[in-house]
Amino acid sequence: MTDVVIIGAGPAGLAAATSARALGAHVVLLDSADQLGGQYWRHLPTQRPSKHEAGLHHGWAKFQKLCADLVADPDCRILTQAQVWAITAAESSAGTGPASTGSATTGSACTGSAGTDPATTGASARNSAGSAASTTSAVPTVHVLVGEPDGVGRERLSFSPDAIVLANGAHDRALPFPGWDLPGVFTAGAAQALAKSERIAVGDRVLVAGAGPFLLPVAASLAQVGATVLGVLEANHMQRIISGWGKKPWQLIGAASKGAELAGYARNHIANRIPYLTGRGVVAAHGTERVTHVTTAKLDTGWAPIAGTEKTVAVDAVCIGHGFTPRLELAIAAGCALTAERFVRVDAHQRTTVPGVYAAGELTAIGGVDAALVEGTIAGHAAAGGHLSDPAMKSQVAKRITFSGFARRIEKAHGIRAMWPGWLTDDTIICRCEEVNYGAMCQTAQATESTGLRSLKLSTRAGLGLCQGRVCGRTVEELLACQTPGGLSDGVMTDRRPIAAPVRIADLAAAALPASPGRNSPQTASPSKPSRPTT
Amino acid sequence: MTARLLPASEDPIAPDAPTPLTITVDGVLATGVAGQTLAGVILASGSLAWRRTSASGKPRGVFCGIGVCFDCVVEVNGHRDVRACLRRATDGDVVVSQHDLLPKPYEQSEQSEQARQPLRTEQAPQHEQSDEQTQSDARGDND
Repeated sequence: MTDVVIIGAGPAGLAAATSARALGAHVVLLDSADQLGGQYWRHLPTQRPSKHEAGLHHGWAKFQKLCADLVADPDCRILTQAQVWAITAAESSAGTGPASTGSATTGSACTGSAGTDPATTGASARNSAGSAASTTSAVPTVHVLVGEPDGVGRERLSFSPDAIVLANGAHDRALPFPGWDLPGVFTAGAAQALAKSERIAVGDRVLVAGAGPFLLPVAASLAQVGATVLGVLEANHMQRIISGWGKKPWQLIGAASKGAELAGYARNHIANRIPYLTGRGVVAAHGTERVTHVTTAKLDTGWAPIAGTEKTVAVDAVCIGHGFTPRLELAIAAGCALTAERFVRVDAHQRTTVPGVYAAGELTAIGGVDAALVEGTIAGHAAAGGHLSDPAMKSQVAKRITFSGFARRIEKAHGIRAMWPGWLTDDTIICRCEEVNYGAMCQTAQATESTGLRSLKLSTRAGLGLCQGRVCGRTVEELLACQTPGGLSDGVMTDRRPIAAPVRIADLAAAALPASPGRNSPQTASPSKPSRPTT
Repeated sequence: MTARLLPASEDPIAPDAPTPLTITVDGVLATGVAGQTLAGVILASGSLAWRRTSASGKPRGVFCGIGVCFDCVVEVNGHRDVRACLRRATDGDVVVSQHDLLPKPYEQSEQSEQARQPLRTEQAPQHEQSDEQTQSDARGDND
């Protein structure tokens, strides 16, 4: 029996779990949230039932069916609030010890072995999957903390399966502009999440700006919770959007209509009341304790703001999105190669360059829900030992070809253009966590004359804060590359985060230093602390 | 105005009557409904920001809403560094805002002042100059 661990329970992960189960694999489905669906099908919690929630979602019936089948399936172990915090490459020596059974593993596919992690895991601590073949597997180990988000004393589990499907998705990319750190400036994804899963409108008078088809469903969601959406500003010009979508502009309509389809009752409202302006963006937000106004400006085709076209708009919230950044840290930790465009490299079977590791959904390209479902289905099938030539995969292979073109079209029509730093000022915050502004960052880069991202991060401090460069990383890389003739030279990426999620030191220490009486005796001298006179 | 929770009576998805809950934020009561995140409850109670940044003391609240940016971290029931946008509110939660100051340079800390008293007295007058010296030395090495 093949054991498959799937990371992420959005469209790609749910599809992967379903098709892996169809081939009889034992599946463990992990998600950091406490409900299934990922960001795409993010929905109201069980405590808030309603009659017509389906109206807020596209493909809700499909989602319900995927969930119901997996939840009812005893060979699919679903772990929610399960944060994967590390993936470690397989040990070269085979784990031959007896299966170490963790708690609460009844009916599970893989055995989660409690309390093992990179700090303590040797070959003997890895749980055997129970078959001779699996002991020679070179598939990485998945380390998980289960419990409340950022909670204390979460349960530790680790899995050494026969195959892993990475389906952990992407998050919003937001380009910086003066004032983007003011309260009241949100990512488009934040506005969407608060509307869909809490029924909160982030403001009363809201402007949505950035690039890409995702801005439209965000505007729709805002309108549905009672916000007045002043407009949707798409940075790209209509000409580029049309040329990007080529001969099949209906595909753009298809993507856009997903927003309107969120609810039939909102469609007219969206269509009739919300202006959709192209070639314009938000270039500054104003206010002291919160945003009160924004400046918008016409942008040229390279996204440089055009002087003299500025307008001031009174708002109480702005929602920004310039596309998405794939969450690559787990794939990088597993050793997967990336494409030139910085997605996980996969073949037609969704195989990454690491044996036994598959990837699906936004990790491989920003292609939307249909691409994610197809890729997940293929990945789950392949991870469970199936082949593309199997009859069940025939239609999937054809769909995959159709939808892979979709990601390219989105990028061609809506991708970020090079001249956007034209709206930055010296005092624009680039790294929100470390509060590094554009002027200081460039000055430091010039003064040090360093061409390596690693040393530039240390000297500028950009990308070193709480979020570990998730928000600003790509922006920092691009802006610093402009400061170094010939670009950055050390091949370092901000996407590499061996510790993929925050872990409390106490939780790490609890495993690395198993409790033993007297070990933490206060009398024990600590060699790391300097001794000093006790007078 | 700030963020607003759509009242169930106005919501076209026809929700059941929600279960109210109450938390405190820096000692002030805030009401929400069961299933909301802490960030949702705080936002809808009228606060747009609840953290001050370490370097410049600027206000921060929700930015990404999905656990990516860490702008919204709070102390919950005595435990620090909890992303408010990810944690569901529980009736009675005690939330305290976090304003983490930058750590003081080593020389300014009380302990080191005691420990290094003689050293400081000796070197203090030349402190700035020696820093400059170090920098120009480093530059010289690079050349």
